[in-house]
This record gives sequence, structure tokens and C-alpha cells, in this order.
Amino acid sequence: MENFTPVSALIGGLLIGTSTALFLVLNGRIAGISGILGGLIPPERGQVGWRVAFLAGMFIAPLAYVAFGGVLPAVVLEVPLPVLALAGLIVGFGTRLGAGCTSGHGVCGVGRGSPRSLAATAVFMVTAIATVFITHHVIGV
Amino acid sequence: MSLILSAFVCGLLFGLGLIVSQMVNPAKVLGFLDIVGHWDPSLAFVMGGAVAVSALGTLIARRRGVPVLAPRLEIPTRRDLDARLIGGAALFGIGWGLVGLCPGPALTAIIFGPWQVVAFVSAMVAGMALFQAVPSNWARMTMPRRSAEVLDDA
Repeated sequence: MENFTPVSALIGGLLIGTSTALFLVLNGRIAGISGILGGLIPPERGQVGWRVAFLAGMFIAPLAYVAFGGVLPAVVLEVPLPVLALAGLIVGFGTRLGAGCTSGHGVCGVGRGSPRSLAATAVFMVTAIATVFITHHVIGV
Repeated sequence: MSLILSAFVCGLLFGLGLIVSQMVNPAKVLGFLDIVGHWDPSLAFVMGGAVAVSALGTLIARRRGVPVLAPRLEIPTRRDLDARLIGGAALFGIGWGLVGLCPGPALTAIIFGPWQVVAFVSAMVAGMALFQAVPSNWARMTMPRRSAEVLDDA
């Protein structure tokens, strides 16, 4: 547990929760990232502006963080291109098929006690943990 | 206009949360998912904090009945479990476990992370486009009404 960072994790989580709470109270919508992005593929008339604005906020976040004196965390990602491509495809397709990801199901859906989101979150946690177990400990990538 | 501004602020807060919590770092996420390795429980603290405030937001939004800036709340109403939901979640988990990136962190890290993040996001967008391109007779078989799909959009 040498990498455990409970305080920054909790603060970050509270920020994410505040974002989803504000988005629901102000805009009346679920802040699910795969849904917000997926709704642009293809763009749906009248639903483009707020989606682009939300994503723009996410893109600007690292710049804002640095502007206010923050030091960006390392992004350590040493995965060969074919695996990246396969994983990206599966994540894109799977989150659309299952109508949500870690944010829409994991944060928003679990937060309102949705049975569909609770089930989806349990399922993606289990398959993710199983995938890491197999790749790291069975075939030793 | 205010809807756009509030969406921007929410996206900004979301991205900042992912940065502060280091969830933009796939190694950190894999440290949580690798339960038999040097387990790092940080992700559980992120989820715990986020879910708590999210639950509070749902309570406030439901009590108000109407959002501050929009005509109505668009909260998914379905409660049934179907093969699409479970199959989609299972697929997503496999992709997440392979790399340690899910959509939010991938989009937030795209401008300061290594080139691999760009490759992942490109493939993710292709995966979403592929879903749209799939003939509706199998993937959307259980979802006959368009409106139901929009409501289900998390």
C-alpha cells in the first residue's frame, strides 16, 4: 500500500461528486462521460453545445490546474499500440452498449441507487479486476 | 447560454477532480484493480467521495423537481437488467483493465499525457462510432424505442 493517497483521493472524489451534483441540479442531466461524448457520435441536433462545453472544461482542467500552481500527476502508460487500440475499441463500444462508464454508472447511478448502475458497476469492476489478474499474474505482461 | 457555461464549469470540476485524485494516471488505477499486487485503495476513496456528493445532488435535484437552468430532469428511469447492460459493462471492464484508462481520465489526460492516450481515445471514439454503425437488429434489439435509449444514456 506504499502508493496509497487517501487525502488527495478523497478531495478529488469530492470535486467529481460536486461536478455531477451541480450538473444534475443545474442542467438536469447525468454527468456520464461516455454518454456525453457518445452523444456527439453522430451529433444530435440541439444537443451539441453543452456536450462540447463539458468536454472543453475537461480539456482545460489540466491548464487551469497548472495556472493555479498545481503540479500535474504523471501519466504512466506503457502498453503496446495493438493493446491500446483493442482496449480503446472495447471501452468505446462497451460503454455505449452498456449505456455508461465509471462516471455515469459508477458515480451518478450508484449515487442514486439505480439497480441497473449498481449491476453494471459490479460487472465492470469484476471484469476489470479479472483482466488485470490475468494480464499481470497469469500471462505476465 | 447559461446551460453551456454550467456544463463547462462542471466539466472543469470533473477534470480537476480526476487530476487531484491522480485518476488520470493509469498506473494508479491499475494499482487499485490489481488486488493481489501492491494494492492501492485510493480509487475506492475517490469513488466514495464522489458517490456521496452525487447522492446529495440527486436528493436536492429530486426535491426541487425541476433543474435550475433546464425545463426538466433527465434521470434514467429503467430498473430492469438486460443482456445489453451486462454485456456492455463486462466489455468496458475488460478494456479498462487492459490499459487502466476509462473515458473521463482519458479525455482529461489527452493534452498532457503521452501519445498513448491519444491512441486510446482515437480507438475509443472509433468504438463508439462502430456501435452506431452496427445494424440495429442485434445491438438495439432490446431497445425498441429511441426515447428509452436517450433516457438510459448515462
